[in-house]
Amino acid sequence: MAGEPAIAVHELTKVFARGRVRALDGLSFEAQQGTVLGVLGPNGAGKTTAVRILSTVLRPDGGRASILGLDVVARAAQVRRSIGLAGQYAAVDENLSGRQNLVMIGRLSHLSRRAARRRADELLEQFDLTAAAGRSLKTYSGGMRRRLDLAAALVAEPPVLFFDEPTTGLDPKTRQDMWTWTERLVAGGTTVLLTTQYLEEADRLADTVVVVDHGRVIAQGTPASLKADIGTTVLLVTLANADDAARAAAVVAPLGTHPPTVQGERVEMNVADGARAGSQAMRALDAAGLLVTGLVLREPSLDDVFLQLTGHRAETGPEPLDRPLHPVPPPEPQGVLGR
Amino acid sequence: MTAGTLPGVHEERRASSLRWLVDDSLTIAWRWLVAMVRLPESVVFSAIQPLMLVLLFRYVFGGAISGVRGSYVDYLMPGIFVQTVTFGSVISAVGMAEDLQKGIIERFRALPMARAAVVTGRTLSDLTRNLGSVLLMTGLGFAVGFRIHTTGLAFVAGLAILLLFSWAISWGFALIGLAVRSPETAQLATFPVLLPFTFASSAFVPVDRMPGWLQAFATNQPVSRVVDGCRALMSGGPTVRPVLGALAWSVGLLVVLVPLAVRRYVRTD
Repeated sequence: MAGEPAIAVHELTKVFARGRVRALDGLSFEAQQGTVLGVLGPNGAGKTTAVRILSTVLRPDGGRASILGLDVVARAAQVRRSIGLAGQYAAVDENLSGRQNLVMIGRLSHLSRRAARRRADELLEQFDLTAAAGRSLKTYSGGMRRRLDLAAALVAEPPVLFFDEPTTGLDPKTRQDMWTWTERLVAGGTTVLLTTQYLEEADRLADTVVVVDHGRVIAQGTPASLKADIGTTVLLVTLANADDAARAAAVVAPLGTHPPTVQGERVEMNVADGARAGSQAMRALDAAGLLVTGLVLREPSLDDVFLQLTGHRAETGPEPLDRPLHPVPPPEPQGVLGR
Repeated sequence: MTAGTLPGVHEERRASSLRWLVDDSLTIAWRWLVAMVRLPESVVFSAIQPLMLVLLFRYVFGGAISGVRGSYVDYLMPGIFVQTVTFGSVISAVGMAEDLQKGIIERFRALPMARAAVVTGRTLSDLTRNLGSVLLMTGLGFAVGFRIHTTGLAFVAGLAILLLFSWAISWGFALIGLAVRSPETAQLATFPVLLPFTFASSAFVPVDRMPGWLQAFATNQPVSRVVDGCRALMSGGPTVRPVLGALAWSVGLLVVLVPLAVRRYVRTD
């Protein structure tokens, strides 16, 4: 058993819209049992397509994929008994109560009636939904729906879980909870494949990260090694006059781990020690007589990883036609209002 | 390394796959019926429609339509039964399209449930609903003068034929819903099927009053055949041929539509 990867993807290809959209273009990665694999990429990178193939709902055009050694095409029926699926498109039945949804999933996972009810109550308790258990989902907030969606994925206690952008559009509190729950599951031996657009999320949860762009892996490693590649902090300087930007870039360049980039009146650069680089940059710019209107230090984003890896910004255009028309749930109000 | 030794993975039990189909279909049917009961107003409105049809046809057309054997209300009731279950099955199309659009079918497809159960369950819930409508209409029908001229058993057999037909067309509408993917389009897409089949039929007027070119269609199309079968079992007259005609259409439709709908659901391109 040990050594068998929980998830193995080899040279996976998938083409949509009669060949016009190449969603996956030779995608390969592996996830070991009991670990979190973060699949990081912008909209349209092919993350959701990969998850749909791994969860047997979509057939690949080429390549192979297996869950716990079981091929997702040839042994789809067995694969379905080992996986759970949760994601940004909370797929639950609006017209039922939270409890009825979980009991239904339990019955369809072939638990006995009694076991399905018991499991539903356990999960409602665990996800703090007991008080709302009997209410129609129409009264649930976005955060509550997402919790129910996650609970639905856990009904049959599958050894492999797919979380497709589990925190996109969530309020900070629910996002934190989602992370804690994921960590708990993995501590119990579950394998999680997590797709995300947020480096912070991959950083917090993933043991291994693969960065995906245009349907193929462009980098992989531990979150630490990826961040080491791009520096730990981004320094952003805004100048009063765009004509000064090139000069300012030259002034701050020695402080960075990578050469700065210039966009209009903005100069951006990765630095190793944020606080020190920030104050040094301020002094150096002042000494050079450059008028600065803003200086910001921030954590590197997926954009920064992309910029470094591909030389282009992550495209955040609309997703290609790689899934049916699901409405995106409205974003959660920030803060705890949604509870 | 065999699949059976992996945690959480069990060898597929082929012997029980039929039981799973039954269990899973009943779970899905339960899902739709619970959803309906949770919306009491939808139950009320779906009950009003067939009742209203009975009253309207009985009193609006009842006096104007002549040339039928016996009383018009006796002639009419089997027609209204068939029309109501045919219209009632439209929600199979809407329901399947909604499921597709909301993404819950995605979850069902990733569950170890029987492949055919999502559509089977949907059509079984419609069957249950149609049974309710038919019982309501029978009750009201008796109140406005409808009488059975055969036996109670023959009447029940007539209802059974009717419901078998309604089940067959639910599969057809579910197929439409899976194909068009949007609930609004699904509903619109059913009308070109519904209207000619229910009105160019023997449901409300005798076919021999229609122009010759229409008679050939109106006589032989499924709605007329089922209406004629029900009418024979409820009001009397020769029974064997009409009943066989009705059964042949329903069974034939099931044989064609069930595999098509299941294949459309399973398709994972």
